[in-house]
Amino acid sequence: MRNAFAKTITSEASKDPRITLLSGDIGNRMFDKFKTAYPDRFFNCGVAESNMTGVAAGMALCGLRPFTYTITPFVTTRCLEQIRVDVCYHNAPVTIVAVGAGYSYATLGSTHHACEDIAFMRNLPGMTVICPGDAFEVEAAVHAIIKQNNPVYLRLGKKGEPLIHESAPDFEIGKGITIQEGSDICLLNTGNTLPIAIEAGKKLKKRGISVKVVSLHTVKPLDNQLLKEAFTSCPLVATIEEHSLIGGLSGAIAEWLADNGPMNAHFCRIGTPDKFFHLTGSQSYLRKQTGLTPKSIADLLENRLLEI
Amino acid sequence: MPETLEEIECLSRRIRGWLVEITYKKKTAHLASALSCVDIMVAAYCGGTLNIKPSNASSPERDRIILSKGHAVGAQYAILAYRGFFDEKLLDTWNEDGGQLPEHPSPRCVPGLELATGSLGHGLPCGLGMALGLRIKKLDSKVLVVLSDGECNEGSVWEAAMMAPAQKATNLAVIIDYNKWQATGRSDEVLSLHPLSEKWKAFGWYTREVDGHNLTELQNAIEDAYRQKDKPTAIIAHTVKGKGVSFMEDDNNWHYRAPTADEVSLALLELGLA
Repeated sequence: MRNAFAKTITSEASKDPRITLLSGDIGNRMFDKFKTAYPDRFFNCGVAESNMTGVAAGMALCGLRPFTYTITPFVTTRCLEQIRVDVCYHNAPVTIVAVGAGYSYATLGSTHHACEDIAFMRNLPGMTVICPGDAFEVEAAVHAIIKQNNPVYLRLGKKGEPLIHESAPDFEIGKGITIQEGSDICLLNTGNTLPIAIEAGKKLKKRGISVKVVSLHTVKPLDNQLLKEAFTSCPLVATIEEHSLIGGLSGAIAEWLADNGPMNAHFCRIGTPDKFFHLTGSQSYLRKQTGLTPKSIADLLENRLLEI
Repeated sequence: MPETLEEIECLSRRIRGWLVEITYKKKTAHLASALSCVDIMVAAYCGGTLNIKPSNASSPERDRIILSKGHAVGAQYAILAYRGFFDEKLLDTWNEDGGQLPEHPSPRCVPGLELATGSLGHGLPCGLGMALGLRIKKLDSKVLVVLSDGECNEGSVWEAAMMAPAQKATNLAVIIDYNKWQATGRSDEVLSLHPLSEKWKAFGWYTREVDGHNLTELQNAIEDAYRQKDKPTAIIAHTVKGKGVSFMEDDNNWHYRAPTADEVSLALLELGLA
């Protein structure tokens, strides 16, 4: 996903002189093409994310379209107040680009894990929250972000994630993309777990269960129409995200249900636990530990469906 | 627009008088902090170096003045009103329910107000972003950021202080309102601030120390700041907190205190406004 971001932002910068790219001393080779082509619009802001965010806001207030980029915790919670005051309070069109969703940087330890960022970003007034499901969604999201004029949080995985789409899909901020249709369970996924959601769907299909899979890439604003349809047409709706069950997609939909319910469907939330990891582990290890695997998800949802 | 030094000094006194009166009427805090930076703000807006006036307040080419110590925004509201950026009558609505002049400014709450401040340590990063943004847009516009000394406690100030020289942001200058106090103590005792000028110099800035209540010194320093070819400039303005009212000067109780009616009368007398 990060390579798709680098490629797309570089090609967009050739068309749009307002685009600037601010990096927190990261992406050394990845942004080489951008740096070579537009040296006056690339800024290595050093390991100083609060300043980087303020600088981006100042640029945006001069009519530019800055993107800030570094590893998720450092571009979000480290500089949360700058995002809140400099970016959101001013409704400055800054895009905060976070690399390393969930356990993407698992082996680097919990300092680099990102399972709370959606919660922090989505409660900021005026912030749009987008979590693409694959590299093509990243490309489409960047195009859509440049066309609008408000603060955006763009949550990327890392690199090498499986491609779900064959090309950049029709992408509208706030509108989920249905990957496959189904009628027993609706799986609403946000972000880098999309391949897991699809695999879980395949396993359930083999067990005779019809699964709809949606890439609900925009956590804020939510897709009202899609949610209404999901909660009225399927007996079970489940959310999947590599993010805490507190405040992420599942939290947002739980709030939506409280405001829009009662709905016919049961609701099952799949995400990461409310804890830090102190022992080392790869992303696949942590996903196994937290039940974020196709098999765990398929087993859980099959049981839940039987209970209904 | 005031032209002569006498007229500019008169404007400073008028702003101080309004600050004392409004603080009494609305029972707001931060009077002494605002009095401290009145002359700095007057020099910035009236000194002739920075091109920001009611007629170009929305123009991309304008120069930008940011008061990063947002708790002192009364000084900025007053000078903007007196220079015609908005109707002076609006000043009476300071801190009223539903009014557009909060105790810390909201984004673009009045023409000429560049940045919502109030949380310290935000003005310099944003001002640096503006300076770099203006350069990208190939505009010659300048940016001035006014900081408090207490504000220099914030790490974000020093993050920006390191980036600005690295980017050779010569269209950026800061003035530090160095009144030696912060909210609850001497600024050098709370966090070691001294030697302030040497700190900025060590971070890669041209530095200059001035009497922060001498309008000529301030104006000259601002003018010289943007002549430097390879570094941004930090002007250390030595000031007195509560300046202009003898019984408020260098008395940190006035960081939060509002004056009584009798104290207002005394203050206006001292300011030559009674």
